[in-house]
Amino acid sequence: MRTVPAVSRRQALFGGLCLCCVSALARSATDERRLLETEEIATGIHIRRGVHETASADNDDAIANVGFVIGRECVAVTDAGGSLKDGERLREHIRSITPLPVRYVLMSHVHPDHIFGAGAFLADKPTFVGHAALPNALAQRGEYYRDRLEEIIGKGSAGPIVEPTMLVAQRAQLDLGQRVLELRAHPIAHTDNDLSAFDVQTKTLFASDLLFVQRVPSLDGSLKGWLNELKVLASMGAARAVPGHGPASVDFASASAKLHTYLNALLRETRQAIAAGKDIDAAPDMVALSEREKWTLFDEYHGHNVIQAFKELEWE
Amino acid sequence: MGVRIAAALMLASIASTQAIAQAPANEEAKAEQRWSELQRAIFPDRTLNNGQGIIELEAPARALDAALVPLSVTTSGTKPVRKIYLVIDNNPGPLAGRFTFGEAADPSILKVRMRVNTYTNIHAVAEDAEGQLYSVQEFVKASGGCSAPAGSNDPKALEEMGQMRFKLLSNVTLGQPVQAQLMIRHPNFNGMQMDQVTRLYTPAHFIKTIDITYAGQSVMQVESDIALSTDPVITFGFVPRQNDTLKVVVSDSKGNRFERSFDVAAAEQVSEAM
Repeated sequence: MRTVPAVSRRQALFGGLCLCCVSALARSATDERRLLETEEIATGIHIRRGVHETASADNDDAIANVGFVIGRECVAVTDAGGSLKDGERLREHIRSITPLPVRYVLMSHVHPDHIFGAGAFLADKPTFVGHAALPNALAQRGEYYRDRLEEIIGKGSAGPIVEPTMLVAQRAQLDLGQRVLELRAHPIAHTDNDLSAFDVQTKTLFASDLLFVQRVPSLDGSLKGWLNELKVLASMGAARAVPGHGPASVDFASASAKLHTYLNALLRETRQAIAAGKDIDAAPDMVALSEREKWTLFDEYHGHNVIQAFKELEWE
Repeated sequence: MGVRIAAALMLASIASTQAIAQAPANEEAKAEQRWSELQRAIFPDRTLNNGQGIIELEAPARALDAALVPLSVTTSGTKPVRKIYLVIDNNPGPLAGRFTFGEAADPSILKVRMRVNTYTNIHAVAEDAEGQLYSVQEFVKASGGCSAPAGSNDPKALEEMGQMRFKLLSNVTLGQPVQAQLMIRHPNFNGMQMDQVTRLYTPAHFIKTIDITYAGQSVMQVESDIALSTDPVITFGFVPRQNDTLKVVVSDSKGNRFERSFDVAAAEQVSEAM
């Protein structure tokens, strides 16, 4: 299912009056569309694919895959977006597809591109669901993230920091009405507060940032922990997976294999650099460079991943 | 995406620095004024000479992680260096470290990791045996290193606080300088990070001194400050004149004292091959 925002009458009028605005209008309509288009990847599961860009004023931080699952009685949002506006856009889209209430908003982890849309759903009074470690992470970083995000997308544009109202320490289930989402709180991996969801009916795994496809992964937890959790996810028997970044739906095994190759190269070559007595600042220029051509935004994030890996592994 | 909104925001702050680039004269004047104020405060009534050829500072032009900016200082040996000062001009506590070398030291190499809070000049100043000062500077683009939220390593740093590792980076030949690396587990809270539960600032709790001796002779005394990164790692040189132990005593701002001894003959040595 694809939805295209209509050009308003006022915009059309301006366009008619002033030809010089036409191209600008056309671009903004394209921009709006690319930030909104969702795809029904399985019955009742709608995913908006995030753009492979860093956060910017042009993309409202709509860089992560976000979406929703429709049950018989209600809707669960599986990450609400990267800014208030991103969340509002998703909410409007839900309203155009189903009249059922939004009862749950999942917050897969603390990173801004996944949680700042939550504010758009406060009016629905849903249960905001997060990992048991999410409140700590939000307290430590929430305001920092909001300030940094607003430096990029504009003051007051990030949205409020929404606290989870239901915490998952290990496992939990959400019943959407003849449709159950199984939630799993993971030990430290991509971050220390990763929450995944599994739709039992369609065997769809919402892996969020435990699975990166095409966009270079970002390590903010534990490299060894992440490699471990990939095995846990693999054992779940998913028919398809929704990665945190990349296509709306992928085959878990093949997507995970590529991520595993990256993480494993990071692990092996960082260990080699440490064993060879290399300095931490020399490591980014020598570790896992064979992965460079395989990922977008590699140069923006890879160096930081190496530093994170180095800090973790130098104490082995 | 990750903490790497930091990367995005650095890209974004490039845009805002363009304004700075348009008025370089003004910024330079401000930086120079800052440095002259710092000189008066840190080195009152002393003259700083140009350090070129005597001391060299290496720093990344753009930091990958502002909470961990590697700085490398080398001295050429043309002057017998007794002390090195590291000054991060625009940090809340600009004097990041003072390193005093003893009789068992080899002051030719010193590497540390620092928090850098904002775009700043960094100065490395060498003091020779006569008390003459020689200064060099580098400009580093980094932001948020001091107030950046704690990393995922911090709980471990607290739990294992005071643990140390020691590695040799080159072969030991008695009487010849050898390079070594010292790792210390410590959160080094600088008082600018938000506590996870109370939402108050975590009280400062940082390493104040590191005293390294070999066979009872001083290698280096470090007086550090809030700029030292979490789990600091220091690379330094020393001259073992007999087979003996290297002793490290660390004291922090809460009065903790951590002491470790390392048998140099039995120390882990990293291979050079890679």
